[in-house]
Amino acid sequence: MTAAVRIERLTVAYRGRPAISDADLAIEPGQRLALVGPNGAGKSTLLRAIAGLVEPAAGTVELAGSPISHLDRLAIARRLAVVPQLPSLPFSTTVEEVVALGRLPHEHPIRGLRPADRAAVAAAIDRVGVGHLLGRDARELSLGERQLVLLAMAVAQDAPILVLDEPTVHLDLRHQVEVMELLVDLNERDDTTVIAVLHDLGLAAHFFPRVVVIDRGRIAADGPPAEALTGERIRDVFGVDPALVRLAL
Amino acid sequence: MTAAVAAPVHARARSSLARRPLALALVGLAALALALVAGVAAGSVAIPPGETIAVLAHRLFGLDLGIPWTSAEDTIVWDLRFPRVLTAMTVGAGLAVAGATFQGVLRNPLADPYVLGTASGAALGAAVAVVLHVPALILDFGLLHALAFAGALGAVWLVYRLSRVGGHGQMTSLLLTGYAVGSLLAAGLSMAMFMSGAQLRVIFSYLLGGFEAASWVRFATALPLIAIASGLIAIRARSLNGFLLGEEAASHLGIDVRRERAILMGLASLATAASVAVSGLIGFVGLVAPHVVRLAVGPNARLVVPLAALFGATLMVAADLAARLLGEIPVGVVTAVIGAPFFLALLRRTRAGYEL
Repeated sequence: MTAAVRIERLTVAYRGRPAISDADLAIEPGQRLALVGPNGAGKSTLLRAIAGLVEPAAGTVELAGSPISHLDRLAIARRLAVVPQLPSLPFSTTVEEVVALGRLPHEHPIRGLRPADRAAVAAAIDRVGVGHLLGRDARELSLGERQLVLLAMAVAQDAPILVLDEPTVHLDLRHQVEVMELLVDLNERDDTTVIAVLHDLGLAAHFFPRVVVIDRGRIAADGPPAEALTGERIRDVFGVDPALVRLAL
Repeated sequence: MTAAVAAPVHARARSSLARRPLALALVGLAALALALVAGVAAGSVAIPPGETIAVLAHRLFGLDLGIPWTSAEDTIVWDLRFPRVLTAMTVGAGLAVAGATFQGVLRNPLADPYVLGTASGAALGAAVAVVLHVPALILDFGLLHALAFAGALGAVWLVYRLSRVGGHGQMTSLLLTGYAVGSLLAAGLSMAMFMSGAQLRVIFSYLLGGFEAASWVRFATALPLIAIASGLIAIRARSLNGFLLGEEAASHLGIDVRRERAILMGLASLATAASVAVSGLIGFVGLVAPHVVRLAVGPNARLVVPLAALFGATLMVAADLAARLLGEIPVGVVTAVIGAPFFLALLRRTRAGYEL
């Protein structure tokens, strides 16, 4: 089977300092994978490499068998949707207008949204459960609500791979669990490959069958939560007493 | 979670996405037609609307409406006022489209067509032409128009090149470079004005802008540049929409950010340069028109760009008409009197709602 994402011997450097060193990672279609690691470990850099936003110093990234360096932005956007980190909006923009941006890679380049695009927007709004926010200015929403609207935008993008960078960072506990359940649902019902950077090891362990631990630019562990998040590794990588992180393993 | 929202959501989403742009376009077209006829009919010699329309119908379509007119009226309508209102219309549309583009790409609601130094470049070019005082005219165009056009594009090119030296933080770098280069060019302008002596008034009237020197040849030269640049921007509305959530999000949505940013800003600069070359520096239309349109139809560039062109055209024709009725005062004064209070209101909104 062709991997949804295949990373081989990837090194990414910022101003000569490696942020990711010699990483190998293969993510099969339909997998649900959490990237965890301390701040500055290289999680976001790895995501940016997967999305084709950084030029690797060495190594390759492939999406569904195609080297990402051979794909243009439109081709990448049809294969991979990224939930952006809460951007500001320069103009008053309604919730459905934000969600409709997810159709940019699919809509008619001149005429814009086609009926199928509008249906996808409505379906994404339903799926993420932001119907009660319709008609509101996205800039007036709470951070948690905005996060959900951006998630709906990425769902409307209808790509086989969904990438999220800290999707729960502004959410309260209930919304965190809701987002996790939604990711599980998208993954299990639609076979969407889900790759999420998470800070919360508990959420990662509970909702993700595969956890990749990144430490100082290298992949320190890769496997089911019980193997990847051992007490010893939590102490080594995160520098905290594992007793403080109670994982429901 | 998914069961909570039912069927009505779809209908609401659709109606809200549309926001009645078609009705607005029809109203805009009617207002523009009215402004054009009023702009031709009114002036120091008032010509009744019936005769104005009769001259235009005869000249444009060979129609005889059965209303007689004099040859003086024919000259005033056809040779003086019609090219003037058409130039105002084209420049208004071009500045509005350029404003919408710069606001969209820079994600800055206060950006206007002159943000990248176009204005200071054009002004310096025009001032240098006045100081050099070469009275030759080629096809109705003097050194002033040529240097204004070259100065506008040259300033943008310089700003763009210099801003790329720094590397990261490109947008901030671009705006700050624009400010720095603009200040330098403004110093050059002051020097040229200082040296211009008796010609100061010529530079001054260029800085305030106006359409009193409009002619068919100038209109015919500016029109294709502005129309092509605006048309190419309009068909790149998808890219412009992509910038709404920022450059990184635009990349994720399939936009080649570097290329599209360069193309859109280049086209907007071209429309601006062509506008300032024929009419001088006229402020506020490029700032105001896109915002008014966005208030009505939302931020979708597919609607904003054409409707802003329509609104900017109408606004400019009306402002030029007002300027003539007030005794040929500079049109830039009229647009400033309309635009500055609007700008202040916008600033108040910025504190409340805009995020820069």
